[in-house]
Amino acid sequence: MEIKKTSLNKLHQINHAKFVEFAGYEMPIQYSKGIIEEHKFTRSNSGIFDVSHMGQLFIYGDESLTEELEKIFPLDLKNLKQNCSKYSFLMNEDAGIYDDLIITKIEDGYLIILNAACKDKDFEILSNLLGSKFKMNLDNNRSLIAIQGPKSVEILNSIINGVDQLNFMTGNWFDSDNQKLFVTRSGYTGEDGFEISIPNDKAEKFVENLIEKGAQLIGLGARDTLRLEAGLCLYGHELDINKTPVEANLRWAISKSRLSNGGFIGSKKIMNQMQDGASQIRVGIKPEGRLIAREKTKIFNDTDKQIGEITSGTFGPSVNGPIAMGYVDKEFSKVDTKILLEVRGKKHPANICALPFYKKNYVKGVN
Amino acid sequence: MSEVKFSKEHEWITLEGDVATIGITKHATEMLGDIVFAELPEKGSNVEKDGTAGVVESTKAASDVYTPVSGEVVDTNQSIVDDPAKINEDPEGGAWFFKLKIKDTSELDNLMNKEEYDKFAKETSS
Repeated sequence: MEIKKTSLNKLHQINHAKFVEFAGYEMPIQYSKGIIEEHKFTRSNSGIFDVSHMGQLFIYGDESLTEELEKIFPLDLKNLKQNCSKYSFLMNEDAGIYDDLIITKIEDGYLIILNAACKDKDFEILSNLLGSKFKMNLDNNRSLIAIQGPKSVEILNSIINGVDQLNFMTGNWFDSDNQKLFVTRSGYTGEDGFEISIPNDKAEKFVENLIEKGAQLIGLGARDTLRLEAGLCLYGHELDINKTPVEANLRWAISKSRLSNGGFIGSKKIMNQMQDGASQIRVGIKPEGRLIAREKTKIFNDTDKQIGEITSGTFGPSVNGPIAMGYVDKEFSKVDTKILLEVRGKKHPANICALPFYKKNYVKGVN
Repeated sequence: MSEVKFSKEHEWITLEGDVATIGITKHATEMLGDIVFAELPEKGSNVEKDGTAGVVESTKAASDVYTPVSGEVVDTNQSIVDDPAKINEDPEGGAWFFKLKIKDTSELDNLMNKEEYDKFAKETSS
């Protein structure tokens, strides 16, 4: 299959991107400054991320669509206000996660942002569940640009006036240069920021404009270190079809009002696990010293029993040390529990720690 | 000191008497990206030609460091363990990895000189 390219591919090349294949797309892993500098620039200034490979699924419909979607997602969509977003999951009957996603209620339906590697399968699953009653559009004509970091609000507002009035996890349509852009105040770096859905043929000029105002392009490498410092899950690592939201320690994302009556796919398993607890749970892990424990590293207790496995591990540039997430047996999941990580045949000490590793700077209430 | 020689695994080596100094090349550091962790062989241990003698990790991945010659580890550079970013800054100078007392200097014969290595690095990275 031919590798796909986003509308910003040429701009990535001009900015000396090193490319990798990710979910069938040629994506920039880093630019000339490297992952650590890009990471720090995002935390202190404003980073631009091309996330156009992700799926933008528009589903159109009225209250009957809301009712149907409540049978799928563990959310109180009836009481979700227009232009408000929620983090959620597409699950199977065993509450195994097909994908994690952001769903936003828009004027004439919903916009769902899906992971690149999952979007086609998600579309198939949702089409089967919803039937032909609602118009669905996995829109390939729009790019998705994230701008993240403390200076992002000022930079973006100078191009799209009014985005500074958005609260975290809300969005709206804005007019810019005679184009309709959907902007949400959200992101996946632990910083204040926005995601902008924009027609493909306008994306390059828009990003050039952001760069002129002082923002810089940031690759997927730094996106990974940023999200890991923020304690956020990455599908295919922390989350997959064999993990449930309760095991992933994402109970907060399940609407309380949906837990009493269930009625969504996977609700039985979720309700059981909420009551009895899951046998393994996702935790933050800090290796002692400088040792990096990568994905698949085995976790042991002090009597040499394997109690879990690392799902993501790297060096956190803002934490200035190694960080990891993984799953451990419930009895070892308490903060400050001492564990051992097997790296290159030797066991090294580490501690269970609270997430996030890096404190978030989200803007909660501007108005 | 002898001419600097290079291995296909992107290590450099210089020889002074029977003591060789070994590190990784600038080209290697450029391919690895930001180095955030280094592990060195133990002083007093013996390493074999083409065997693993250390590890470097970048933000992206872990890579083995090989030794282009056999010998006994007589010194290691603790400063790169304490501050791995030094490896990116001065890979072919202050950020050497380890020193070996070698037995067989003929093991250096098949290594590349600077010109040959630059050509090799260019061909293998494109």
